Amino acid sequence: MPIDRRTFVKTSSAAALALAAPAIIGRAAADEHIKLVSILDQSGGLDIYGKPMVDATTMAVDEINEAGGLAGRQVELINYDPQSTIQFYTQYATQAAAGDKADVVHAGITSASREAIRPTLGRFNTLYFYNTQYEGGVCDRNTFCTGSTPAQTVEKLVPYAMNKWGKKVYIVAADYNYGQITAQWVKKYVTDNGGEVADTEFFPLDVTNFGPTIKKIQAAKPDMVWSALVGGAHISFYKQYGAAGMSKSIPIASTTFGVGNEHKLISTEEGDGILAAYSYFQEVDTPDNQAFVKRFQDKFGADAPYLNELATRSYEGIMLWAEAVKKAGTAERMAVIEALESGLSLAGAPSGPIAIEPKTHHGILNVYLAELRDQSFNIVETHAAQPPADTLLVCDLQANPDQAVFYFENGLEAAGIK
Amino acid sequence: MDLVVALTLQVVYGIAHLVLISLGLAIVFGMMRVINLAHGEFLMLGGYTVVVSTNHGVNLWVAMLILAPLVVGIIGIIVERALIQFLYGRMVDTLLATWGLSLLFIGLVTTIFGAQTGTTISPPLGAVRIGDYSMSTYELLLIAIAAVLSLAVYLVLRLTRLGLMARATMQSADMASTLGVSTKRIYMITFGLGAAVSGLAGGLLAPLTGVLPTIGATYIAKAFITVISGGAAILAGTVSASVLLGGINGVASYLTGPTIGEVALLVAAIVLLRLMPRGITGRYFRKSL
Repeated sequence: MPIDRRTFVKTSSAAALALAAPAIIGRAAADEHIKLVSILDQSGGLDIYGKPMVDATTMAVDEINEAGGLAGRQVELINYDPQSTIQFYTQYATQAAAGDKADVVHAGITSASREAIRPTLGRFNTLYFYNTQYEGGVCDRNTFCTGSTPAQTVEKLVPYAMNKWGKKVYIVAADYNYGQITAQWVKKYVTDNGGEVADTEFFPLDVTNFGPTIKKIQAAKPDMVWSALVGGAHISFYKQYGAAGMSKSIPIASTTFGVGNEHKLISTEEGDGILAAYSYFQEVDTPDNQAFVKRFQDKFGADAPYLNELATRSYEGIMLWAEAVKKAGTAERMAVIEALESGLSLAGAPSGPIAIEPKTHHGILNVYLAELRDQSFNIVETHAAQPPADTLLVCDLQANPDQAVFYFENGLEAAGIK
Repeated sequence: MDLVVALTLQVVYGIAHLVLISLGLAIVFGMMRVINLAHGEFLMLGGYTVVVSTNHGVNLWVAMLILAPLVVGIIGIIVERALIQFLYGRMVDTLLATWGLSLLFIGLVTTIFGAQTGTTISPPLGAVRIGDYSMSTYELLLIAIAAVLSLAVYLVLRLTRLGLMARATMQSADMASTLGVSTKRIYMITFGLGAAVSGLAGGLLAPLTGVLPTIGATYIAKAFITVISGGAAILAGTVSASVLLGGINGVASYLTGPTIGEVALLVAAIVLLRLMPRGITGRYFRKSL
């Protein structure tokens, strides 16, 4: 069937309208609801992170509404899929703030996406939550970053791994700001603990052949490899490392392995023994978490993804915001910010108690170290209530509330890293 | 000494890797002038065939060497009949159509299998030791397979009746059809064959890279760069371009790091195409296949 331009335009615009219809209708009917907009990638390269986050977001909003809503109102969830494209993030953030008049926006996976929308949401005075682990350094009164930062996870995992395996570390990292910055923090903590970094290598996100690097690692003979690799293509590293017979001789530690559910995508021979650190693992052994995991699996059935820090923190980020709305008695932005800054904490959260640190708007979180066995993580150490020590070095929103900056370079400098 | 051996093998593997991901495209683009932007997805579908069939208990080797090329070859023939056959000679239209096709395949696979597919296939055969170094035996096997596959394509094109008719059709379709060759069938078979070779490559790489619906995007650019740098002669072109670009990439990656390695590959391709706009085989090995 030959398709000319006219029929193409007709059918595609009809399809677009049909897709948009539920959103348009839904919006008209629900004006008195509290509006929560979620912008997370459900397609494109980042969907391995985004989809479980969207599931957890849906569950959080459903649970709030089943419990009677907030301040007497139901919460309406509007989901946008930016398709792993930064341009759509800006577009949907504007739509959320100016069009939907959202009361709160929970959005962003990569730091690049966060930095694309944070200024927009700030300008429109729309409260913003970023629920992803990241490199730290955001200092913005309008923004709450609930994910873990390097000082929380890397600081704990480096000494544990060095005690276990030795002092010479080879770093492999993804070549963008998160990987670059995490590698610097790893280097700092390795040096602080009396170790040395043999070499650091950065990989573009689409590299799938890690052969030359594996040879370099064999030549350098480190005691361990530290991975800050990110994304689907980089899973190749763990497979090729295992295939070259390396996973038995030089072990791997990482604060990025597992958050894309990498441990489910490689075999037990390739994965056993890898150490990871996050502020949440599905295996956290508390009644609150077991109940949470069960509710999640009941809701999404056999297809329920593994719950990693990103997914669970998306749930907890919404619950933290909900606590603040309850405390303030309104969803009005300043009242909610003040409630969150009052040291509000979320009891009974799956990852353990979470509180907002008022100077930085970051989380005070439990940090877990775990070792991979048979595709699941065994928790070996728990560090309770870790403050965001890296961001605290540069950010004090109580002394100076009128800030909306991303302090990255200063964060490294203040920590003594050149 | 061990390092030299290990590194040489690694560079040769890098070359074999380029040959594998480009050969299917070389057949489709080089012979038929069809810009197949869904090439990466053919590789991805080969990988998925292996993952799905091994999850259902099929032997890994059967899945990689037989099922992957078979399934993707059939998909290729369906695509040619349903889409490509209407677009011969309309390069921009084919480009758009196959781009759409690539999005469709990614969408379909994501819908059916999800954004990530649980699999535990890992490269078989263990590792070989070279002094202080070790290398996956499977990577060595892939080098051999890339060589055998190139030889097979050569023999089919050179020695069989089908190969003769295919070459005739590509040189002058009108003349071939006046001589009684069913050019329609030849196009269909050639496209199917190109898809099957891509499927085989995708299946073979699956244990080394894992599969994701979006994995095709990591291959497509390199495959096109290799085929275009190679020029008109599909086999000699693909192999010589793979040797050059893969060699530069491997050595530069070892000496500096992967970022510069990728840059070196691209710079080499740009310089090469500036000096030889019609690819390596536009100047050397002109009479070859």
